[in-house]
Amino acid sequence: MNDKNMPAATIKNLSKNYGSFAALKDVNLTLPKGQIIGLLGPNGSGKTTLIKILTGLITNYRGDVQIDGQAIGASTKALVSYLPDRNYFADWMRAKDAIYLFSDMYRDFNASKSFQMLERLGLNSEQKIKSMSKGMIDKFQLCLVMSRDAHLYILDEPLGGVDPAARDFILDTVLKNYSEDSSVIISTHLISDVERIFDTVIFLKQGQVMLCDEIDALREKTHKSVDQLFREVFKC
Amino acid sequence: MTETFNPNIPIYLQLIESIKRRIVSGELLPGQRLPSVRDLAQTYAVNPNTAQRALSELERDGLVYSERTAGRFITNDGELIEMTRTELAGAQIESFIQQMRNLGFTKQQLLEKLEERLEKEDEENE
Repeated sequence: MNDKNMPAATIKNLSKNYGSFAALKDVNLTLPKGQIIGLLGPNGSGKTTLIKILTGLITNYRGDVQIDGQAIGASTKALVSYLPDRNYFADWMRAKDAIYLFSDMYRDFNASKSFQMLERLGLNSEQKIKSMSKGMIDKFQLCLVMSRDAHLYILDEPLGGVDPAARDFILDTVLKNYSEDSSVIISTHLISDVERIFDTVIFLKQGQVMLCDEIDALREKTHKSVDQLFREVFKC
Repeated sequence: MTETFNPNIPIYLQLIESIKRRIVSGELLPGQRLPSVRDLAQTYAVNPNTAQRALSELERDGLVYSERTAGRFITNDGELIEMTRTELAGAQIESFIQQMRNLGFTKQQLLEKLEERLEKEDEENE
C-alpha cells in the first residue's frame, strides 16, 4: 500500500442526502498524495459532510470512496487523523490525560512529540483542558492530531476563532509535522490567511465540485488569488 | 513570516525571485549550502512542494546545484550571477519606466526627475 502514485483518496459518484436535501451531488475527486489540499466553500456547501464520509462518521451515502486504495472502514480510520470542528474532551481531563488517551487509541501516535509541542505552546501538561482558553484548546487539539503518523490528516476549520498569531502557529505546525507521503485536507473559509500553503484547492458549492486544481496553475491561468476567485465563484 | 507574497502570482515564481535576489545581493554566497526543502518551506511559510519546485527551477537555470547527499549549493559561476543581476535590474527598470509613463512622464522629464533625485541623494550623503 506504499505505492507512490496511489492517490491519498479517490471519490467516485458520491452523493449524500439528508431527507430530501442533497448535501453532496455526484462528487468526483482524486486527492493526490503528499499534498496540502484546501477544501473551500461557504457554509452549507457540503465540506463537513464530505469530511465526515472520509473519516467514516457518515456511512449511508451513495458512491465509492477509498483511502489509500481501501474502501472506508475500520482499516481506513486507522490511516486518518481527524481534527473535528469542535472540542471533544471530557471536563475532568488534564492535557496529559488527553495525550495518554490518544496513546491508547492510536498505534501511530507519538506522545513525546505531543509533549514537546505542548511545551512550545507554553502549556503545562497538568493543566485542566476546561481551564484553557478556546484558542488554546484549538491549538492543543491540533498538536494531538499532528502527533500521529497518519496517511491523511483532515482538519475541519482549524482556523476558525483563533487570532492571527495562533493561525501562524497552526500553519507552522501543519507544515512541520506532515510527512511527504501523507496528505492534508484543510477546510476553511479564511482563504487569504492560508492560500500560500496549499498545493491544490477544491471549491464546493451546494454539494458540487466547482473547481479542483493546482493552486499555482490557477494563479498562472487567472492572475488572481484564490481569495479573489472564491469571491467570484460564490458571489451572492 | 519573513516575506509577503502577492497572492495573484504563483508563489513558486516569487520564491525563485526572492532567492535570486538574495544570491545577487550577496546574502547567499557562491558555494554556500542552501537549507533543505523542508526548512526553506518553513522559513517562507509555504508548502514544501512549492519550495521543491522553486529549487528545481533554480537548478535548471544553473543558479543552484545539488550534490548527491550533501544538499543544494549556490553556484560558483560568477558570470551567471552577474547575468541574473542584470536580468533582475532590467525587470525593475522596465516596471519603473512603465509606471512613470502611466503617470504621463516623457522620456526627458523622466530623466530629469531621476537625475534630480540622485543628485539630492549625493548631497545628503556628503
